[in-house]
Amino acid sequence: MKKALAGLALGLGVVATTPTVAQETIKVGILHSLSGTMAISETTLKDAMLMLIEEQNKKGGLLGMELEPVVVDPASDWPLFAEKARELIEVNEVAAVFGCWTSVSRKSVLPVFEELNSLLFYPVQYEGEESQRNVFYTGAAPNQQAIPAVDYLMDQGVERWVLAGTDYVYPRTTNKILEQYLKDSGVAAEDIMINYTPFGHSDWQTIVADIKAFGSAGKKTAVVSTINGDANVPFYKELANQGIEATDIPVVAFSVGEEELAGIDTAPLVGHLAAWNYFMSADTDANYDFIDAWHAFIGDDTRVTNDPMEAHYIGFNMWVKAVEAAGTTDPDAVIDSIVGVAVPNLTGGYSAMMPNHHITKPVLIGEIQDDGQFEIVDSTDGLVVGDAWSDYLPESAPLISDWRKPMSCGNFNTETGQCGGTGG
Amino acid sequence: MTRLRRFLLAALLMCVAPSAAIADEARLREIAAGFVDANFSAIAETAEALAATGDPDAAIVLQELRDGDLHWRKDDETLVIAERDRRDMHLFHLFTGEPLETVRRRDVSKVKVNNAIRNQVDALIGGLTLLSPDPEARRSAAEALYDTRDPALLGPMEAAMAQETDPALRTLMAEARAAILLADAGAPLDARLEAVRTIEARGGQDALSTLAAAVPDDGPADLLAAAAEARAAVEARLELWGYAQNVWQGLSLGSVLLLAAIGLAITFGVMGVINMAHGELVMLGAYTTFFVQEIIRTSAPGLFEWSLLIALPLAFLVSGSVGVLIERGVVRWLYGRPLETLLATWGISLILQQTVRTIFGPNNREVGNPDWMSGAMQLGELTITYNRLWIIVFALTVFALLLVVLRRTPIGLQMRAVTQNRAMAADMGVRTGWVDAMTFGLGAGVAGLAGVALSQIDNVSPNLGQSYIVDSFMVVVFGGAGNLWGALAGAFTLGIANKFLEPFAGAVLAKILVLVFIILFIQKRPRGLFAVRGRAVEA
Repeated sequence: MKKALAGLALGLGVVATTPTVAQETIKVGILHSLSGTMAISETTLKDAMLMLIEEQNKKGGLLGMELEPVVVDPASDWPLFAEKARELIEVNEVAAVFGCWTSVSRKSVLPVFEELNSLLFYPVQYEGEESQRNVFYTGAAPNQQAIPAVDYLMDQGVERWVLAGTDYVYPRTTNKILEQYLKDSGVAAEDIMINYTPFGHSDWQTIVADIKAFGSAGKKTAVVSTINGDANVPFYKELANQGIEATDIPVVAFSVGEEELAGIDTAPLVGHLAAWNYFMSADTDANYDFIDAWHAFIGDDTRVTNDPMEAHYIGFNMWVKAVEAAGTTDPDAVIDSIVGVAVPNLTGGYSAMMPNHHITKPVLIGEIQDDGQFEIVDSTDGLVVGDAWSDYLPESAPLISDWRKPMSCGNFNTETGQCGGTGG
Repeated sequence: MTRLRRFLLAALLMCVAPSAAIADEARLREIAAGFVDANFSAIAETAEALAATGDPDAAIVLQELRDGDLHWRKDDETLVIAERDRRDMHLFHLFTGEPLETVRRRDVSKVKVNNAIRNQVDALIGGLTLLSPDPEARRSAAEALYDTRDPALLGPMEAAMAQETDPALRTLMAEARAAILLADAGAPLDARLEAVRTIEARGGQDALSTLAAAVPDDGPADLLAAAAEARAAVEARLELWGYAQNVWQGLSLGSVLLLAAIGLAITFGVMGVINMAHGELVMLGAYTTFFVQEIIRTSAPGLFEWSLLIALPLAFLVSGSVGVLIERGVVRWLYGRPLETLLATWGISLILQQTVRTIFGPNNREVGNPDWMSGAMQLGELTITYNRLWIIVFALTVFALLLVVLRRTPIGLQMRAVTQNRAMAADMGVRTGWVDAMTFGLGAGVAGLAGVALSQIDNVSPNLGQSYIVDSFMVVVFGGAGNLWGALAGAFTLGIANKFLEPFAGAVLAKILVLVFIILFIQKRPRGLFAVRGRAVEA
């Protein structure tokens, strides 16, 4: 309430000092679940967006106008995402939307953004195989997360691989890509074990015992986990209880970040790995400033920051820059002006928006520490360009995406020289 | 905690080598300066050089490195021990451990460790502590050397074996020695063949991987053959144990199912109320555990080991009272209208979830495991984890208590009377409304007890209950509504069936197969394993 009042006061202040500007605002939609199963991850992103908008308003807003956040709650309900997106665009007339977490929620809003021609900034790592004109993918594509992680483990001498995932689209696609990649790198089929578990699986005894047996062939073994978010925690616990430490069989996870580790004792998890494009422990002044601002905004200095928050930070700043360059919030103008826009990320470099609507990012490998943070143990030499269509899947290898004119195509087939239609 | 361990380690090491007690601090610092702003290979070399000094203080520095507490200051590049406290870092002296100043996080940088370095440091510390007076230190030293198999440490290992008095440790050291010999191409063939037999005797998956990894592919043919034979023998033994393991894991899964379902066996089984909020009552029990631990943490940390026992009665009361409220407020108006009960209780489950989310936040809450719930013991080749063991014991205890309550107490008698013939019971002067509330409250309270147990193996989040509600109904329907023995038999049958299917079919298919099996079973026996007469049957 206090914050709202402060924002109001600030807003009035801006209006008072610039009397020539009408009391018009630019609305920004925030489409994150605040209730239901996904609230655990998405609530933080809503707060992060509110903070970014507040900070931008302190700097004088955008195009001389105040930014006004419009928050809706799609309640972890996929069809409701589409309804709420429509409401944001049609009723609230927002200039851009920042939101979604799961792939299925993104898929459900895609047609809405295409039909109403608006902008969506999607901040979460995903399985790739998509490029849509109205969507900007600020999270990692598989080549910005999974493949560098596997490369790191190969450097560490891992020869046997367990690909463990929850049974849905992201793990299935990612594991398909990884399996092909491992085979291309000379790993024999019998050295790869693939295992899927249902959502909410909590009895990991059999799988951990299997992994233990698989790991006793005398070759260094690692687990690549695409297990959904916090379902990893009972998995880690079972590993620790059965006496498997990270020094024996390390687990690298793609959905475990600082937020998922908050609220568990990480002492038995030390040394397990995660691959992201940002860790809260990144040792740069930009990051320390961001953390300080976050703690001040949220009023709690125990809260953590994580990778999707950084993705929103990057995406929001890119949008601001693109709007400033275009001089308007008109979606078509912004889509044209945003490609090539580069803004500082929090790990000491710049991220740029590529023509395929993915961005360039560094890839970091972190090991879990006993304080719930990650220690960055490896990073790619330079920035990695997000690849919309994986080079390791035969059906998508010839596809490229380039939304600049005149090509304006999300899935251009370089073999046939034809655009396969718009969108993914 | 770390500080304490550090002092103990220092004290122990000083006992070993009193002459070296006065550390050549300057020399060590000079070597350790290699840690500053170094990459992993430089860190590994520096650790090696530190260990080569043989100085007991070096082991302390290595231990701090292993624990991830070793930092260097960005201003003057001195090495310090640092502990994080939110946005600050408390600094301590590298050797004495005395507190220095407190700085901002950005003023120090950590000496990085990864798994490779941890493995290396374990072995280095192992080499330095093989002769430690602390048996635990000797044990971990022997374990570390078994894993790393560094031929250079064969001599110290044999020396340590010669003076070891503890027979268990002697065996462990002999196994470590055998692993080193196996990997050492220069060792005599006889000794290496003997080593194969030692490792085979050790058994287990450890032995399998050692036999595969330690013997080089180009080793002598005799050795390769012996190793292959030993592997086959170990594998055969492991396969037999595999069945025992499946049974154990099935029992463990069954006990979890039993705990989740037993409250429902009363509310749904005995009373015939389809209570969709059952899972949320379990969740309330888990949150009660969190709440109790939170209070213990801030006001009486000494009681932590008892936190679960303290939480049990409270969880029973919390969930039980919410249950009574649900019954009195909603369910009793809907008796005989199952569809409306289903929808109303489902609504209640959503309300409870969102209330908890609003109060405690959407994130997982940390519920710690007391020491007696952590770790595992080894029974032959069977790994028995303590948390699972205690949950089996707990589930059976709750089951026995419930039986006693229903069979041997006046309230139990009244509950059965109302279930079997409501009108007759009312005529005999039983307050049926009150008994309904108490029965529902009892079922809800037991769900709360289940929540305490589940907080130890699952995430404590507002979604906790949802993952158990379907399984609970499955158990009750399969076992036969209205019969506690049915719930017991149902839970353990489903648990064991699931665990025997899982290795062949995978977790997803196993679950589907079990569900299909139950559907077919219900076609044949609509009232489940143990059918009983009750209000639900009459209705």
